[in-house]
Amino acid sequence: MTEAQTDAARQETAAPDAQVPAIELRGISKAFGPVQANKGISMRVMPGTIHGIIGENGAGKSTLMSILYGFYKADDGEIFISGTKTTIPDSQAAIAAGIGMVFQHFKLVENFTVLENIILGAEDGHLLRPSLAKARAALKSLATEYELNVDPDAVIEEIGVGMQQRVEILKALYRQADILILDEPTGVLTPPEADHLFRILRNLRDEGKTIILITHKLREIMEITDTVSVMRRGEMTATVKTAETSPEQLAELMVGRKVLLRVEKTPATPGKPVLEVDNLRVVDAAGVERLRSIALTVRAGEVLGLAGVAGNGQSELLEVLGGMMPATGTVRVNGAPIDLSGPHADGQSRRAAGIAHVPEDRQRKGLIMDYAAWENSVFGYHRDPSIASGPLMRNAAILDHATAQMQRFDVRPPNPRLPAKAFSGGNQQKVVLAREIERGPDLLLIGQPTRGVDIGAIEFIHQQIVALRDAGKAILLVSVELDEIMALSDRIAVIFDGRIMGEVAAEQASARELGLMMAGVSTGKAA
Amino acid sequence: MERMPKWADVVLIPLISLFLAAMISGLVILAIGEDPINALNLMVKGALGSTYGWGYTLYYATNFMFTGLAVAVAFHARLFNIGGEGQAMLGGLGVALVCLYLPWPHWSLALIASTLGAALFGAAWAFLPAVLQAKRGSHIVITTIMFNFIAAALLNWLLVGPLKPRGGMDPSTARFPEATNLPSLHDLLAPLGIGFSKAAPANISFLVGILACVLVWVLIWRTRLGYEIRAFGHSEPAARYAGISPTKITVITMLISGGLAGMMAINNVMGEAERLVLNATEGAGFIGIAVALMGRSHPFGVFLAAILFGFLYQGGAELALWTSIPRELIIVIQALVILFTGALDNMVRMPLERIFMALRRRGA
Repeated sequence: MTEAQTDAARQETAAPDAQVPAIELRGISKAFGPVQANKGISMRVMPGTIHGIIGENGAGKSTLMSILYGFYKADDGEIFISGTKTTIPDSQAAIAAGIGMVFQHFKLVENFTVLENIILGAEDGHLLRPSLAKARAALKSLATEYELNVDPDAVIEEIGVGMQQRVEILKALYRQADILILDEPTGVLTPPEADHLFRILRNLRDEGKTIILITHKLREIMEITDTVSVMRRGEMTATVKTAETSPEQLAELMVGRKVLLRVEKTPATPGKPVLEVDNLRVVDAAGVERLRSIALTVRAGEVLGLAGVAGNGQSELLEVLGGMMPATGTVRVNGAPIDLSGPHADGQSRRAAGIAHVPEDRQRKGLIMDYAAWENSVFGYHRDPSIASGPLMRNAAILDHATAQMQRFDVRPPNPRLPAKAFSGGNQQKVVLAREIERGPDLLLIGQPTRGVDIGAIEFIHQQIVALRDAGKAILLVSVELDEIMALSDRIAVIFDGRIMGEVAAEQASARELGLMMAGVSTGKAA
Repeated sequence: MERMPKWADVVLIPLISLFLAAMISGLVILAIGEDPINALNLMVKGALGSTYGWGYTLYYATNFMFTGLAVAVAFHARLFNIGGEGQAMLGGLGVALVCLYLPWPHWSLALIASTLGAALFGAAWAFLPAVLQAKRGSHIVITTIMFNFIAAALLNWLLVGPLKPRGGMDPSTARFPEATNLPSLHDLLAPLGIGFSKAAPANISFLVGILACVLVWVLIWRTRLGYEIRAFGHSEPAARYAGISPTKITVITMLISGGLAGMMAINNVMGEAERLVLNATEGAGFIGIAVALMGRSHPFGVFLAAILFGFLYQGGAELALWTSIPRELIIVIQALVILFTGALDNMVRMPLERIFMALRRRGA
């Protein structure tokens, strides 16, 4: 990106009547120990625009926004809000400066009502009633103004994530925010919910609010932002007008090299069924049915993608198949039934049956974060005779093997003695993936393979999945990223509220149709 | 990224914490009108200045080694076993039954059997809390504390009732037969030509304690079971993912922990008292928690911390004997050591990390 282009972008986004940027950062730097998270970042966000910030995990986006919201203090640099130099020592100061933040993980009190959450921390006095009445009136006007409809008396834990997010936005607006920062807002939304969110954001922009959207999804940047800044390794590498750029160019700016955004693969040649699931049911401790009579088949040499919004039963399905949760029904692997609730319903028996599992939550389940990479390289397979002779672990042999494996899977840094928590998300995932696929399983269960993984590693992980498929293995892929499902799968099933809504061949699938099924609308094709 | 070198983490921080605890203890002694330097002198001389002092220091240290290891093993599975006291009491019962009701030709055989008996009874006392935790989710801290009281009541009943010899005037069992009496350090060192106090209670159990430290190290860091225990301690969902049964690990870990606490009885009951008396454990089960905290749940750390607490115990007793400093002050000093090494760890750690980081930046 050249200076000229950057300048052009700045000038064009500046409306003639608003020459003063809503936010201007000059030379912001922040180091955590030896790690330079932000290096001399300068950025201007014009009022009444939607400004995207895109970058890989660890590029410094969140650090920058945390500085803006008063969570961190910058080592160096200045912040100007509407032309006035401002110091933001804490979030109270940020709110006073008119900045509101919607976090990726909502900060709501689950058993409070919407109204109670909105006034929390912004009460006018010791008595609640006047504050609540005031908020109720304000909420009504905000709702009509921005299409931000929520029931003020609903309890948070009883409303959906899309609604909860609206509450977060309302919280910021109620505190008179003119600048709204949204951190990865669509991660938990269905496509229709995301569309609705974007409509709200456009309304807000049209009313003069300034919006900063942090995301790693190129599609969203292209769809909604006016201007986009790209971050890489703590630096702001470019700021461009969205209309003048392309996803390919942005990806290259993010990663620093050309990236293949599409997964290259040949048509699948499915063989015999490896996984056959029939009438699978799970009822949780509270008596709620999580899986309702699930039936699906995955054949050798194909990827079955399971699309769905998080929380609709896909996690439970993976846990049942991985031996972490009891269930009823029948599951056959290579024709042999597996134990779903008896003494062999555990991860060890599943591995013996040829099932490998890359869990959705690699940090809580797939890895022991305090274990060194070499210790993690046998996690789950540690009872194998090649790993443990008698009661003792063969630590030296495991270490050697892990060293070689890390080379093969390009784990960086290739030091097996580092604890898992010292690696980036992508490299952690490579450690898990290497462990699970190197033993040649018949069936790979893989959940959210690229969540929190940087673009460079995504490419590598996708190639590994396709290679495993081409080697004649069966793969059940669960992801909340519809793009990923569509790119990798040969067949796509959609799960909603514990049910399979339908199944389509990948080449015939459209995002719209899948999105409807994900929202629980049957399209007539349902199996 | 390592924030500071490992030696600073495991050596420097405990030393600084100890130094701070000593300084404040000094101030307390000053405040009650005594001379802190003199007090420290007396403690060192009393605990380490003679083989008699050493004999007591090592005797106490042996107790703390077993109870400290018990807490440390449970810590690795993120289980907080507060029940070392009760488990050690039951261990004493195991030792007493083995020594009183079975005929033994030689102390060595009796020691092996008593160790097993002590471990078995201690483990059994940890079993129920473990099962309640694993199956019903009853918190192990609560249940093990309650089991301490039950153990005390049980021993009380046994020692004034069924186990008290006919005509006995105090609540204790009969003296154990001579063949079960363990050799003291005096007996062990004499053949090597080393003189050691005959009156001091330190005995061969000290060596068993060291052996236990080594075995626990092997268990935690070298075996598959240790790998599973640590994995479960770090993350229960991950353990379930790997096919490690949380129930099984909880119960097995607590059995090992309870067994180690019970094994303390070969030192205090079989080695020293040579009969089972009321309240034989004298709080060693609780000191084990501090020892494990200070020793960072590492067997070698537990060994060193046990020696330190042995020193504090013996030095404190000497202090109370020779000065007007009350016995209770020793508890204050011990509390300060626990406070600084256990609870206030981060107070020392954070500034130290900053210093090391600044040094590194200058070096780079």
